[in-house]
Amino acid sequence: MDALLALPPMYYVAMVAKVLIAFVFVLLTVAYATYAERKVIGFMQVRLGPMRTGWYGLLQPIADGLKLFFKEEVVPKQASTFAFLIAPLIALVPAFISFAVIPFGGNVEVFGYTIPLQIASVYDPTVGRVLDLNVGVLYILGMASLGVYGIVLAGWSSNSKYSLLGGLRASAQMISYELAAGLAIVSIFLMSGSLSLNQIVADQAGAFGVAGWYLFRNPFTFLAGIIFFICSIAEINRTPFDLPEAETELVSGFCTEYSSMKYAMFFMAEYANMVTVCAVTTTLFLGGWHGPAFLPGWMWFIAKVYFLIFCCMWIRATYPRYRYDQLMRLGWKVFLPITLVNVVATALWIMVVG
Amino acid sequence: MIMPLLQGLKITFLHMFKKPVTLQYPDERPNVVPNFRGLHGLKVSHERAKCVACYLCPTVCPAKCITVEAGEDANHDKFAARYEIDMLRCIFCGYCVEACPVDALKMTQEFELASYKREDFVFVKERLLEKK
Repeated sequence: MDALLALPPMYYVAMVAKVLIAFVFVLLTVAYATYAERKVIGFMQVRLGPMRTGWYGLLQPIADGLKLFFKEEVVPKQASTFAFLIAPLIALVPAFISFAVIPFGGNVEVFGYTIPLQIASVYDPTVGRVLDLNVGVLYILGMASLGVYGIVLAGWSSNSKYSLLGGLRASAQMISYELAAGLAIVSIFLMSGSLSLNQIVADQAGAFGVAGWYLFRNPFTFLAGIIFFICSIAEINRTPFDLPEAETELVSGFCTEYSSMKYAMFFMAEYANMVTVCAVTTTLFLGGWHGPAFLPGWMWFIAKVYFLIFCCMWIRATYPRYRYDQLMRLGWKVFLPITLVNVVATALWIMVVG
Repeated sequence: MIMPLLQGLKITFLHMFKKPVTLQYPDERPNVVPNFRGLHGLKVSHERAKCVACYLCPTVCPAKCITVEAGEDANHDKFAARYEIDMLRCIFCGYCVEACPVDALKMTQEFELASYKREDFVFVKERLLEKK
């Protein structure tokens, strides 16, 4: 407690500002990701997407939010009420909380006080570098696995067969793909020698701001990056891997019985997860906020995250949903062995090439 | 195994730059083809409906949606005193138009037939007469 209060007052001001900015930014991105998704998929299907709410449909997310907000709250009689009510929150909070450790820019100096653009971090003038959570990647993996509880609880507490099947599928799927995603990150650990995201990003600074990215450092991290991104999409239940809410089979999966704001929370969780996953991929493989010098770091970070979000939508517009056995085969028989071999190969590469 | 997947991504990406086919309906109107079978119209000739109330159209109508009652005018000519089409039953087959021996009936391009009241779907003679 004393150590916490011993920090300069600027620290607390900066901390509140960083939390607010990051949270509002993620919320806005989540709201407009729904709009962007409908637009992008619309254009890919030679349609227009939302056009009539506001100029080119720009007010659509607000209209959707208002509509959901004023909808009737329905709690099924047979549902286990407490779990039913708490499940959307459990799904939503871990999606946002991962942002605490993601560095979204370089250091900023305000009134002679250096603020690192990463929420859970502080610049230590005595050491001359940024101190952040030294197990940041593990923290993100932990929060990502917490997200599954919300979905499983929602499926279980709804007391409906569709919800239960959705929840079951979600748990199995998320656990399977977490393995491959985790192993893909191991290649990054080997390269960086650190679990701190700040260190990982610092290690990716290189010529032209691009050459240092882990994605381009060697062929094995490239493979790891691709696999990590695919596994992340599977972990956040997006199309080709959206079996937990497969509407053609399970009505709406785990959120079948949900209505109003609770349903909106699941929706927000899904999109917040997408933003988080894209931010994590950016940080681990695409050099974080490093880029060619003509733009400030945080702009590069946002650009890269938005590009990856676009890729998510692009993938959604392109591929049909996997069958359940195909999904499991892909996770356990394809990605898991590839990533295992990949870890060894990356280690050998580092030993031989350096 | 990977090439077809990339091929798919390429196709969706290129489609993004095509001109959308969406018709923004209330603002943009569709081009209705000339032989479109929309709302019926009673043709007018010499300031009165051409219909002679021969009852061929209600006879041929498969949906039984046409009601005709004949009347006699000052010249002892037969005319349709009452001519009603129930649009809720009409299947827009156009048999009535084909059956008409005096070419008194036609089908217009009008397709916006939605309404709030059931009664509004029964089109009486005055509503069916073609507008000049």
